Amino acid sequence: MQGVPLLSIITFLPVVGALLILVVRGSDETARLIALVTTAVDFVLSLVLWVNFDPSTADFQFLESTLWLGGNITYKMGVDGISVLFVVLTAFLMPICILASAAIHTRIREYMVAFLLLETLMIGVFCALDLVVFYVFFEGGLIPMFLIIGVWGGARRVYATFKFFLYTLLGSVLMLLAILAIYIQAGTSDIVALYEGMYRFPPEMQRWLWLAFFASFAVKLPMWPVHTWLPDAHVEAPTAGSVILAGILLKMGGYGFLRFSLPMFPQASVEFAPFVFTLSLIAIVYTSLVALAQEDVKKLIAYSSVAHMGLVTLGAFTFSIQGIDGAIFQMLSHGIVSGALFLCVGVIYDRMHTREIAAYGGLVHRMPMYAACFMVFTLANVGLPGTSGFVGEFLTLLAAFRFNTWLAIIGTTGIILSAAYALWLYRRVIFEVLDKPSLQSIADLDRREAFFLITLVLATVWFGVYPKPVFDVTRASTAHLVQLHQQGVSVATAEVQP
Amino acid sequence: MNIAMEAANILPELALAIGAMALLMLGAFVGDKHQPLLTYLAVGLLVIVGGLVVATPSVGAAFNGALFIDDFARFVKVLVLGGAALVLIMGQSFLKREKLGRFEFPVLVVLSVLGMMVMASAADFITLYLGMELQSLALYVLAAFDRDNVRSTEAGLKYFVLGALSSGMMLYGISLIYGFTGTTSFTDVAMIVSAGNLSIGLIFGLVFLIAGLAFKVAAVPFHMWTPDVYEGAPTPITAFFAASPKVAAMALFARAVVEAFPGALDEWRQIVIFISILSMVLGAFAAIGQNNIKRLMAYSSIANMGYILVGLAAGTPEGVQGVLIYLAIYVVTNIGVFACILGMRRGANMVENISDLSGLAQTRPGYAFAFLILMFSLAGIPPMAGFFAKFYVFLAAVKAGLYPLAVIGVVASVVGAYYYVRIVKIIYFDEPAPAFESDMGASLAGIITASGVFTLFFLLGAAPLITAAGAAAASLFP
Repeated sequence: MQGVPLLSIITFLPVVGALLILVVRGSDETARLIALVTTAVDFVLSLVLWVNFDPSTADFQFLESTLWLGGNITYKMGVDGISVLFVVLTAFLMPICILASAAIHTRIREYMVAFLLLETLMIGVFCALDLVVFYVFFEGGLIPMFLIIGVWGGARRVYATFKFFLYTLLGSVLMLLAILAIYIQAGTSDIVALYEGMYRFPPEMQRWLWLAFFASFAVKLPMWPVHTWLPDAHVEAPTAGSVILAGILLKMGGYGFLRFSLPMFPQASVEFAPFVFTLSLIAIVYTSLVALAQEDVKKLIAYSSVAHMGLVTLGAFTFSIQGIDGAIFQMLSHGIVSGALFLCVGVIYDRMHTREIAAYGGLVHRMPMYAACFMVFTLANVGLPGTSGFVGEFLTLLAAFRFNTWLAIIGTTGIILSAAYALWLYRRVIFEVLDKPSLQSIADLDRREAFFLITLVLATVWFGVYPKPVFDVTRASTAHLVQLHQQGVSVATAEVQP
Repeated sequence: MNIAMEAANILPELALAIGAMALLMLGAFVGDKHQPLLTYLAVGLLVIVGGLVVATPSVGAAFNGALFIDDFARFVKVLVLGGAALVLIMGQSFLKREKLGRFEFPVLVVLSVLGMMVMASAADFITLYLGMELQSLALYVLAAFDRDNVRSTEAGLKYFVLGALSSGMMLYGISLIYGFTGTTSFTDVAMIVSAGNLSIGLIFGLVFLIAGLAFKVAAVPFHMWTPDVYEGAPTPITAFFAASPKVAAMALFARAVVEAFPGALDEWRQIVIFISILSMVLGAFAAIGQNNIKRLMAYSSIANMGYILVGLAAGTPEGVQGVLIYLAIYVVTNIGVFACILGMRRGANMVENISDLSGLAQTRPGYAFAFLILMFSLAGIPPMAGFFAKFYVFLAAVKAGLYPLAVIGVVASVVGAYYYVRIVKIIYFDEPAPAFESDMGASLAGIITASGVFTLFFLLGAAPLITAAGAAAASLFP
């Protein structure tokens, strides 16, 4: 694979698809087809990436580097064990989103173009190895998402999309200043050079930089108390938009912590860890309780996302191999499971045009196949052993337990609460008597829906039973990350006590 | 130094001056009915002068230190000429339709451009004042160009009265500077100031000078004329106001404080930071309530000047480089936006309300997409050009250690993003209003497309502009 800029091809292939849609004067169906083929090809390419990925080293692979902007900013792309699976996840969810958009009937070409551009920007975030390039991708993603929620969203879409846009923008601009400060202090914005050189930012500066990055990632993840944009955005977004939001966009926050905060500001990360743990635990317990009170299916799943992301930060800031592996796995698993749950909501929403939990009940009598799929995802959301949800939760809680017992105890209550709201939701929607006249004639999954839901069921179960392929890929990089972090901390401590 | 050699240094200015007079004579001779011909001749003249500017070598001081012919001046002149040429092209059909096709229009534009070129090269307070007055007088007339329209004449009068006031303040400042240093040359003033002779009177002079310059760039608190003049002046003239004069005035601002007062950096930096913060914040908040798009663009340009001043506040070569990159991107984006505004026409009437754009994405997808790109660029969202503009000024500010200024700036940019994105919302999310006239003319469509392409693909071909701006900025710092 030498010499082929595989990452750039994967990243920018969707742009080519988008241009094709704009150029080809076909019907809406042509646009759908082009989008589907592009994303499918991109997924295949991402599998090629995964297969050719060498898991034995923690170095960045598939490196590409070109001078950019006439200075020492480079367009640099590359993946390591932490990022490569996010690329695969993004490319995996994308064709499913295109398939799941059959209910979109207005302005389809623009819709497909927005999604394809979004895919480019999301994959770019995970591949970028230069802070400025990373920022361009990270923030650029706001534009298509803003349009997707605003144009094809629900009734309160304008409010939701502005809230999403302004919240994330405010977080990001502070990160931009931090990036500028790093670039000036270290003389480079190359992430690899920053890792290798182990630029030791003075403790005071580390704290400010950490906080600036935190502002951005905490909003994106999202962490309590800046999570309030998420339920609104999720509820108003079209189904595929929710899938991408929950599946990929939220992961950028967690990925950012692992890629930047931990290795680059080790000392500050240790100092702020109690703060992060506090917010994570509040997120886990509080948003789970909030989820229990929801009347809207999507809102319930949105709050459950916040709680699950709390586990990610909990794991990441234990600075241990289990914790970080667990956080990565939790993100990948949540990407599949929450995406799938939103698709499940989309299936019944397309039929009934309501997301009220109370409007449903007894669906198992009419939609057995749907009920079965929904059950797998519900159980995965709860973290039942045998599903992908279990592995990540188990590892993060294990790491939390070794770090501090109370952390794990409070964290575990979140799991119990998640069982409560998820199973209660399932019971109210799927079981009970089918007494609503409007539901009498509801149809089970058609072939298209069955195809993508069963694919996701297989992925959920596969990673639950056999998570080894994931850990094989992450092992070396996670170990390297922990090592980088510890080095940074020990040097900082040595400086304090000369 | 013989006069022929000196004349060669100012060949572009000479050509422009002679050309302007020739155009005036020709105009008086052939009259208004040949106004299109005169306009295209003026465009040709501007292009030729642009070529001459590029071809003239940078020689440093010329005319006994009255002018600087350096990379900085050349960079600014090319921007000014380019902006003016584009405005002349895109305003043509508007002026014809609105029966404003009088031959004075291209002549006045060319004369004001001549003033701007002198401003860009000024190396002496007398040259500075001459260039600025030549520019301003032509602009006052242009603002009132639609002489039968109350709003246009009001705009012209307001601009004139306030402009004269600011010129007065500036002259007072210059006379104080002269009184306390005994010279009007930037270089000599710089030497005296650097030697530590920064008396209180000289600081007073500096403050008045900056107040006058801040008026010309429309920075808060000297911005009051901007919204009314922008709204009242005919749209192509507003586009011109937003482009070339701002570039020239900002360049002059940078040159005057950097070349003449390098030793008083701490003194002028305080003032620049202060007006920069006020401009960014007021520009961001005041624009939220606007419904007229020209008025909104006025507040937008106030905010943009605030961001440019962030770069100037750094007082470093990086800062001036950021200023120049920002100016270049600002000119292209603004001309694009005003070209879009010129396309907002239903039947014979121009419309200017933001709500008139409602649902444009469904009636005119391409036009709407250009608007989208330009608005996100103004909001500073990557990957649009506007992001890189802000990137470089904030880079300079952070490097100079101006952290509070940078933080206030980026937070204000989020507030500002709201009103730009609100326009996108109206265009993309709202129900379609009656469609605009489909025939906007090839020149307008071409300018919109070119500006959109530049803004969207800036990141691919940015290196030459950034390098050129770097070289230009370096010439201000000996």
